[in-house]
Amino acid sequence: MRNNKTYTTVQLVTLVALRFLIGWHLLYEGFSKLLSPNWTSAGFLKESQWIMAGFSQWVISNSGVLNVVDFLNTWGLIAIGVGLIMGLCTRTAAIAGALLLFMYYLNNAPIIGIEYSIPSEGDYLIISKTLIEAVALFALAVFPTGSIIGLDAIITRIKGKKDIK
Amino acid sequence: MAKDKGQTQQPEEKNSQSRRTMLKALAGIPVLGVFAYELMEKRSYDQLKKTRLIKELGLDDIPAPTKITNAGKGDLLRIGVIGFGNRAVNLAKGLGFMHPDNIKEGRKNGSLDDWLAQENLNVAITGVCDVFDLHAENGLAIARNEAQTGGAKPSGLPVKRYRTYQELLQDDSIDAVVIATPDHHHSRITVDAVEAGKHVYCEKSICVTEDELYRVYDAVKNSDRVFQLGHQITQNVVFQQAKEVIKKDILGKITLIETTTNRNTASGAWIRHLDANGNPKPGSLKTIDWAQWLGDRPKVPFTIDRYYNWTKFFAYDTGMLGQLFSHEYDAVNQLLRIGIPKSVVASGGIYYWKDNREIPDLLQAVFEYPERDLTLLYSASLANSRQRGRVFMGHDASMELGGSLSITADFDSTRYKKKIEEGVIDTNSPMITVSPGSGKIDAVTSATEKYYASRGLTSTMINGRRVDVTHLHLREWINCIRNGGETSANIERAFEEGATIMMANKSYREKRRVEWDPVLRKIV
Repeated sequence: MRNNKTYTTVQLVTLVALRFLIGWHLLYEGFSKLLSPNWTSAGFLKESQWIMAGFSQWVISNSGVLNVVDFLNTWGLIAIGVGLIMGLCTRTAAIAGALLLFMYYLNNAPIIGIEYSIPSEGDYLIISKTLIEAVALFALAVFPTGSIIGLDAIITRIKGKKDIK
Repeated sequence: MAKDKGQTQQPEEKNSQSRRTMLKALAGIPVLGVFAYELMEKRSYDQLKKTRLIKELGLDDIPAPTKITNAGKGDLLRIGVIGFGNRAVNLAKGLGFMHPDNIKEGRKNGSLDDWLAQENLNVAITGVCDVFDLHAENGLAIARNEAQTGGAKPSGLPVKRYRTYQELLQDDSIDAVVIATPDHHHSRITVDAVEAGKHVYCEKSICVTEDELYRVYDAVKNSDRVFQLGHQITQNVVFQQAKEVIKKDILGKITLIETTTNRNTASGAWIRHLDANGNPKPGSLKTIDWAQWLGDRPKVPFTIDRYYNWTKFFAYDTGMLGQLFSHEYDAVNQLLRIGIPKSVVASGGIYYWKDNREIPDLLQAVFEYPERDLTLLYSASLANSRQRGRVFMGHDASMELGGSLSITADFDSTRYKKKIEEGVIDTNSPMITVSPGSGKIDAVTSATEKYYASRGLTSTMINGRRVDVTHLHLREWINCIRNGGETSANIERAFEEGATIMMANKSYREKRRVEWDPVLRKIV
């Protein structure tokens, strides 16, 4: 991004802090799944009742697909978490994370009339923390900071030098 | 001068600028470092908490699920299946036989992997007997589509349908029989089978009347044939761990055991004569040998209701006692060896399913073991499905045992008093849970199947593989036939269970407290 020097210090610190926090959260979500050998997304997907219900049922009923989904989910979370914290491919990580969280939201959306047997940790009406986190990640994709604070800076520099040459 | 100064400072400025860029670029590293440190801390905390408690309870050497050893060694065993309804389809699956259509379907959705990996038992189903043509044909198709598990080679032996079970028993080429008929045939066929020299795997329950119980006990006892009653629960890995828990006295003195049945569907209440569209299921006097189905029971006219819903009538079954409590009792008896109670009181009635049934749909029974300072409680409802579980209550902790196992310390426990005060043990949540885990989900569809799964009656995990417990139970029986040894649900256990059920049944029907006379070995 060419216009990344337009952030004030406070803006930059706030955006990077948000990036670190969400990165930390997703990274631990990934690791906790990786470190519990019996974890599977089946329990979560079973709860799905809204527009994703059909897809989720298909995933659960097909053990091969379920294994792939579990693998992608675990390592996806870890990759996105590392990306956000290190500022590596920040924009891709942020968008991927936003999409992943949005999928979680669709599978567990607090829509009026849908009741889930797994209790949620707060009280929600249509909007849940998952959706907010997804939108926050989208905001981080729109206001990128990776090339100021993050490994993307090095990538940008190498690319920039190449461009000049 | 100014120009000079600018010229000399430029590389330095550039240097520090690039150093600053580098530092900024690597700003995430300390965050990741802190994360890694905290992750390790959390891991070791969880580990410590777990091992501390497990050590404290002496459970650190709890035997891990054993590897399955090969039972297929030895000569090919020829098996006859008597009664080829739904249960027999599952038993055949446990032996390594499935209908070609089901295999095709299973391969499509990938739910067959575990079954295909199931050990080959080196058996052939060579005889099929059912009074209903449809079931017999289905049985033949299953038996002919033979042994596809464990990379087995087909035996190539022909499969024969026998019109009567007597004809099947007369065939000397058959070594052993699996009996999965309605309950009123169990004891009679078992007696005839052992007398014909066959080994017997008989579905529960063992009998419907007291006379049948004594007769079948004597016949099996006086023969050298291997008998196994169809109680697969003990084959669940969780169950082996529960045994350790009992042995290590984690629960303290157990004085009360609560077992339950919680069903609330027509099918669960044994109304099964209609298909999904509400039409009667197939079967008529043209396709069903009704006289043979009735056996030694009173001659009554054929109805599709009686044929499919026989559990509702006392002539053929003892209802919830024989069908469901038998599993509960077996679970408790295998763990605690409680044997036959001194007294039983049972009461209940037909409260909800107001059809032509004779068996109660609500039943409570109290089994007393004064010498053990123990009461076994059975509370059953066919009109509410609230999961009440199966709980062993000791002075120090309670153990809930089903598809998984969880132990919760008692707030007023003597043994754990200190640990509870120290906060090591929390009495609001289980201190130990053993879940066989589920890396893979197989098609658990009907409410009945879910019920059995929640009770540990369908499958268990061994070395990360889902293994059908019925397969393990059959395998134990076949192992004993080949190599000798005692089956876990042998005739002694079957007798204890039968007597206990007969006592409860008598108590309910005669509306009085009944006792067991250990000298006469009779109900009084």
